[in-house]
Amino acid sequence: MNFAVLQFPASNCDQDAIHAIRLLGHDARYVWHKENSLGDASAVIVPGGFSYGDYLRCGAIARFSPVMQAVKQFADNGGLVLGICNGFQVLTEAGLLPGALVRNRDLQFHCEFIYLKTTTTDSPFTNKIPADRLLRVPIAHGEGCYFADEETLARLKANNQIMWQYADKDGNLTDAANPNGSLWNIAGVCNERRNVAGLMPHPERACETILGSVDGRLVFESMIAALESKLAAKAA
Amino acid sequence: MKARIIITPKKAVVDPQGKTVQNALAQMGYSGVAAVHVGKYIEIDLAPGTDKSAAERALHDASHKFLSNPIIEDYRLEIE
Repeated sequence: MNFAVLQFPASNCDQDAIHAIRLLGHDARYVWHKENSLGDASAVIVPGGFSYGDYLRCGAIARFSPVMQAVKQFADNGGLVLGICNGFQVLTEAGLLPGALVRNRDLQFHCEFIYLKTTTTDSPFTNKIPADRLLRVPIAHGEGCYFADEETLARLKANNQIMWQYADKDGNLTDAANPNGSLWNIAGVCNERRNVAGLMPHPERACETILGSVDGRLVFESMIAALESKLAAKAA
Repeated sequence: MKARIIITPKKAVVDPQGKTVQNALAQMGYSGVAAVHVGKYIEIDLAPGTDKSAAERALHDASHKFLSNPIIEDYRLEIE
């Protein structure tokens, strides 16, 4: 598979994302924000960082980059797009994902390992994650408090679009395990069509034992499995 | 002509900054503060000869699409 990893001014998790994909034996390349095309990419990763200095609002400027028009078209055609941290913020600002991310409730930047409960394995981003397996992955953000109005939240629940929730080490969705005040402990969601997803935690930083966890691999392995079965279906 | 756009967090959105400022005001002894909301203020200088009603329409559009995020923020536009 060939992953396109976007690069905005002040993206800083782009190299981690490329490294993680290559570690899994697949191709990954950078796509500069001024490019109009994603080429032959089989999936897109919008990486973490502080695109455009987080000016105005996190992700608010990045969504107007030429490359985001290509991402929108790619998503409209059913392509897989994963936004991580700032990438999640960019995708919500672009209207590709529901809701918004606001300041952490304690106004602190949180940089720590957390536990994630995978709320649904029915998606191209979670299909390889065993239903009862908690993911131990790091977070590093100051504005990761997920918000959506009541109507949107009801829709997310009805359509099974909540993908990951912050949990304690036993899998309970407690308030103490919620690092930023996110509504319903939401750490990640997908769109209605289930081909675009975003999460605040960093799976790409948890793909090697030396980094303290390999749980993040499951997210990328899910994407790869989904792409491979799509290819197989096409060939059949 | 100047346009002023005042952006505030929606009531349904938790506003920890506002809450923190409110607590600080109370600690300093300023009484009677019921709530504080911290937002943004954007000032735009309009080019001479700009039509006010056209500018108003354009800036409402820009405020809705870009300058504020309607999911989490309200805005007020003033032109004078």
